[in-house]
Amino acid sequence: MNIVVVGLSHKTAAVEIREKIAFSPTQMEKPLDMLVALDGITEGVIVSTCNRVEVYVTTRDIAGGIARVKRFLADYHDFPLDTLDHHLYSLHGEDAIRHVFRVASSLDSMVVGEPQILGQIKTSYGYAAEYRSSGIILNRFLHKAFSVAKRVRTETKIASSAVSVAFAAVELARKIFSDLGDKTVMLIGAGEMCELAAKHFLNNGVRGLMVTNRTFERAEKLAEEFDGKAVRFDELFEQLHKADIILSSTGAPHTIIGARDLDEVMRRRRQKPMFFIDIAIPRDIDPAVNDVENVYLYTVDDLQEVVSANLQQRNEEAKKAEEIVNQEIGQFFKWLSSLEVTPTIVALRSKFDEVRRAELEKTLANWKDIPPDGQKKLEALTNAIMNKLLHPPTALLKKAGQGGRTDLYVDALRTIFELEIGGVPNEELGELEE
Amino acid sequence: MNASLFYSTFAAYLAATVCYLFVIHILFTLNRYLESGHTPITNLHESLSFFSMAVVGVFIFIERRFKMLVLGSFVTPVALLLMAVSALFPAAIVPLNPALKSKWLVLHTVVAFLGYACFAVAFGAAIIYLMQERFLKRKKLGGLFQKLPSLNTLDDINYRCLTFGFPLLTVAIISGAIWAETAWGTYWSWDPKETWSLITWFVYAALLHGRLTTGWRGKKAAILSIIGFFVMLFTFLGVNLLMTGLHTYK
Repeated sequence: MNIVVVGLSHKTAAVEIREKIAFSPTQMEKPLDMLVALDGITEGVIVSTCNRVEVYVTTRDIAGGIARVKRFLADYHDFPLDTLDHHLYSLHGEDAIRHVFRVASSLDSMVVGEPQILGQIKTSYGYAAEYRSSGIILNRFLHKAFSVAKRVRTETKIASSAVSVAFAAVELARKIFSDLGDKTVMLIGAGEMCELAAKHFLNNGVRGLMVTNRTFERAEKLAEEFDGKAVRFDELFEQLHKADIILSSTGAPHTIIGARDLDEVMRRRRQKPMFFIDIAIPRDIDPAVNDVENVYLYTVDDLQEVVSANLQQRNEEAKKAEEIVNQEIGQFFKWLSSLEVTPTIVALRSKFDEVRRAELEKTLANWKDIPPDGQKKLEALTNAIMNKLLHPPTALLKKAGQGGRTDLYVDALRTIFELEIGGVPNEELGELEE
Repeated sequence: MNASLFYSTFAAYLAATVCYLFVIHILFTLNRYLESGHTPITNLHESLSFFSMAVVGVFIFIERRFKMLVLGSFVTPVALLLMAVSALFPAAIVPLNPALKSKWLVLHTVVAFLGYACFAVAFGAAIIYLMQERFLKRKKLGGLFQKLPSLNTLDDINYRCLTFGFPLLTVAIISGAIWAETAWGTYWSWDPKETWSLITWFVYAALLHGRLTTGWRGKKAAILSIIGFFVMLFTFLGVNLLMTGLHTYK
């Protein structure tokens, strides 16, 4: 049985195409039913996110399967196949397995290491499980993909560092304050980056937000938007001590906060630490502020440096992740090939025969006065019993080989009789994870 | 095995080892107590060993509370050093000095060393604080910075250790004074140990006072608790080794 992947992603198709081919998460039953009803397709899963649409199927006929899935994607969305075909990639065998493991581990994402993709695949798989379009192979395949993703996440630092300026600011604040739950952010001025950072801080649970602006109305407007408190600009230094984290981006031509201004502020705060983030160019905050005790000043450039260091680290970690993926492919591939009928029948027979021979030898060794043709007759008897017992499962497997249930039987037989195929016992290929 | 997994597993093993060794240390101390018939804090060998045990005990307590395994990298070497120094002094059990035969021995010494141990852990946290503070100020946010805890956590540990250590030290000094009265007939005789204990007490009292009133925190508090630790070490070791007085029990 082969695993085949057909799909498109941010790497092959623009958003205009992706959105046309996307599947609605509320109506997955119909496409999944149609997918597994296709000729020669035994199992199917559809993954649809804003950055990719991918179809995973199992089939005996690789070329035919790929063609049918492509046709299905075009027909279902009423999209011309020749146009769509330029954007589609199709993979099978090891390449298909590697691809899905990489996608689940967020190695194929637009921002490598972003954590959403794994959840999205789990949801997609959830539909396939609910509507019974996935079977023993895809079930095991996707569970394996989840466990590979988990390994990548825990064994590499691929997702552990901030890759945006706003997020880097939040991370740094955590390194100063540990808990942001009782901290207040103050926004001085306005600006896209400033507001983005403020949003990030709010999402990360800061207690309150203050906004000040030379134009008080603008401060009020922004304060309303963020559910914060507007402060008049000339009251800045009366209020500053209430803020723990200060985001500044005014258009002022000179600095508005100097080191000396902070003496009084810090006294009022009883020396509790302050974290200034200067987003303005030219700078709003005198660099000497960083020398004040318990005060930390970072500019956008400083944060940008943190981000590029993190990005570089991510790339390093991605290499480690690829290694993990490669290790896991081999293991899964072994299991997949072991699901073939013929090696299973051979393994089953040799297992039975082994038992038969061993028992026969034991009996013969203790039987002193055995008649001359006794051994021959016992051989024939045990052989006949074994063949009679093996006939139904063998016949069933051979018959099922033409249908879709083979993998289920093969897997069950391998587990029940502890068969080793290609030297690998079933349990070493990894248990299903729930 | 992957490197980061290796290190975290390795760290877990190390932590478990520290706990086992701590238990063994307690058993040995108990054994010595039963064999000698007195609290085993009567000479430098015993005191250093007990000190080391108390440091590890306080560290395990803090670690459980704050989940700060990394503090162990700074505290366990101190414990090891104390054990090594302890081994330099004669380990033989000698009959108890008659002056020490008192029920006050247990209270006075155990409390004093628990206090010392708190200050030792505060010292460890203070060192890490200064490192983190420097990293943040100089914007050197490398791997070590990422691994070490936040400034706030470190400052908090420093403060907690102080709030435990200071009352313990106070009780040790008061119980010592009462014992001195019963043994030597006077509460206070300006013996070097007493003088230096008082100096230690004043350093930590100043730190605690500064913290509570004017907000001495962070760097200032870290530096003061490092100074306090060295003064305390001198009170403990320097006085015993370099000066002679009523407390000189080598």
